[in-house]
Amino acid sequence: MSGLALTDFSVARGPCDVLQGLSLQLGAGECVGLLGPNGAGKTTLMRAALGLMAHRGRSSLSSLPLAERAKTVAWLPQAREIAWPVTVETLIALGRLPHLGAGTRPGAEDQAAIDSAIARMGLEAFRTRIATQLSGGEQARVLIARALAQDTPMLMVDEPAAGLDPAHQITLMDVLATEARAGRMVLASMHDLGLAARYCTRVVVLSRGGIAADGPPAQVLTPDLLARVFQIRAHIADGPDGPILQPVGVV
Amino acid sequence: MTRALLPLLGVTVAVLFAASLMIGPAGLAPVQALSALIRGDALAETLVMREIRLPRAILAVLVGAALGLAGAALQGYLRNPLAEPGLIGVSGSAALGAVLALQSGFAALHVLALPGAALLGAVLAVLVILALAGPRGGSITLILAGIAVSALAGALTSLVLNLSPNPFAASEIVFWMMGSLQDRSMTHVWLAVPFIALGAMVLLAQGRKFDALTLGEDAAASMGVHLGRLRLALVLGVASMVGAATAVAGAIGFVGLVVPHILRPLVGAQPSRLLPASALGGAVLVLMADIAVRVILPTRDLKLGVLTAIVGAPLFLHLIYKTRAQGL
Repeated sequence: MSGLALTDFSVARGPCDVLQGLSLQLGAGECVGLLGPNGAGKTTLMRAALGLMAHRGRSSLSSLPLAERAKTVAWLPQAREIAWPVTVETLIALGRLPHLGAGTRPGAEDQAAIDSAIARMGLEAFRTRIATQLSGGEQARVLIARALAQDTPMLMVDEPAAGLDPAHQITLMDVLATEARAGRMVLASMHDLGLAARYCTRVVVLSRGGIAADGPPAQVLTPDLLARVFQIRAHIADGPDGPILQPVGVV
Repeated sequence: MTRALLPLLGVTVAVLFAASLMIGPAGLAPVQALSALIRGDALAETLVMREIRLPRAILAVLVGAALGLAGAALQGYLRNPLAEPGLIGVSGSAALGAVLALQSGFAALHVLALPGAALLGAVLAVLVILALAGPRGGSITLILAGIAVSALAGALTSLVLNLSPNPFAASEIVFWMMGSLQDRSMTHVWLAVPFIALGAMVLLAQGRKFDALTLGEDAAASMGVHLGRLRLALVLGVASMVGAATAVAGAIGFVGLVVPHILRPLVGAQPSRLLPASALGGAVLVLMADIAVRVILPTRDLKLGVLTAIVGAPLFLHLIYKTRAQGL
C-alpha cells in the first residue's frame, strides 16, 4: 500500500470532462513529475485522486477511509494558506494531526518528525517566527515542511517549486528525490521542465484530458513532444551534472 | 503567560462570580449575603440571594461562555477574525421568536414561554441554514445563508414592531432586544444549561479540526477532516449555545467578536487553544458588564447589551488600530 493506482479515471467540471478515462500506476520509490500546460488538469488529477473532488472510475487513495488516507498520503495544495499568525513550528506540527489519537498530546516521535522536517527544509532559524510574517517563498517552504512532517508513504505536492529562489528550488528537488529514494512515492506537479528532467525518475505529461506521455524524462521530453504539448522549442543536452533542458522559443 | 492563561481566567471568573453575588440594590453586606445564600437562615436575604442574584450570576457565566466559545469556533471555522455568533442568523431568529411571543401576549402565559419561543426561532433558523448550506455547501454558502436568514429575521422583527397596535408591547420588545440578565430565575438557568453544555461539548471537541483549517479547507480535508461533518457540528454547536443564550438574555453583542480577538495573541493564535480561553473570557466580560450595569446606573435599569456594545465597539476599534500593522 505505497502506490497510487488510477483505473479508467474521469473527472467532470461542469458539462465536460477535464480528465477522461485515464489509467496510471505509480509505485514506491518513484519521484514523478506531473507536467502539462496550464489547464491540462494536473491539479484536478491530484485532487480527484485524493478524493477531494468527485470522479468516476477507481482511485486507490479516494477509496480509503479519511483517517487512513491522511496517514498514507500528504497533500500540499497550490494555494498557500496560513490563516492565523502561529509560529512556524506550530504550523509544521499540524502535519502530525493525522497521527494523534483523540485527546493525546504530540509525543517524542511526533517531535522527531517535526524536527526532521524543519532540518530538511532548512528552517531552523525560523522555528519561533510568526508564519504569516514570512515572505511568500519562506511560507512555501514552511508549508512543504508541514507536508514532510506528516511522514506518509506518499507525498503529493502541487507546484511546490513556484515562488522559491533558485537555491531553494534545487534544495526542494533534492529533498523530494531523497524522499523517493527512501522508498516513498512522490508526485509533484511542476512547470519547470529543466528541474523535472534533472530530478524526476519519471514524468507524466497531461494534455487534453489524457496522458500524452509517461516514462523516464530522457525518453519523454523529446523535441517532438515539447512542440506538440507545450508549443515550445528547447535546448536539450547532457551536461556534467546531468540532463539540461532549457526552453528557448515558442513554436 | 500562555500556560497560565486558563487558570488565570478561571480564577477571574470565580472572583467576578462572587462579586456579582455581593452587589445589588438590596444592599446586603457581603458576609451576610454569602451566609444567606449558603445557610439559608434569613428569609428575605436568602430569597434575594437564591432567587435573584444566584441565577443572574450563573446566567452571566453561561451566556458569556456561550458567546465567547461560539465566536471563537466560528472564527476558527471561517478563518476570519470578523466572524461573530450572530453570523449564522441564529440570534436574529431567536430574537424574532421572542418578539412574536411578546407581541402576541404568549410570553405572559408562562415563565418559559418567551425563551421557549426564542429557542424555537433558533431551531427554525438552523433548519433553514442546513437546507441551504447542506452537506455539499462550502463555508461561503454558510455565510450567505446566515446573512439571508439574519436579514429575514430582522425584517420580520421590524414588521412586528411596525404593525404593533400596542405601544406597551412595542417598548417591551425594544427593551428585551437590548439584552439583560435582570429578573431572571433558576428556571431560566435550567432551560439554558443543557443547550449550552451540549453546544460547548460539541464545539470543544472540534479544536484540532479548526487547527487543521489554518492550512485551508483542501489541506485540512487531506489530513482527515471531514468538512461536511465539521460544518454540521459547528452549526449545531453554535446554534445550541447562541440560541439558548439569546433566549434567556436577549441580544448581547460584541462579546463573541471581541473576546476571541483579545485572547488570540495570548494563545499563540491557535484556534484549538482559543476555544476554552474564549469561553472563560466571555464569562469574564459578561460578568464584568453585568456588575457594571448595577453599579453605574443602579436606578435606571441600564441594559447589558447596550453596555457591552458601548464598551466593546471602541475596544474593538483600539484593537484593530493596534494590530493592523501586525497582519492580524
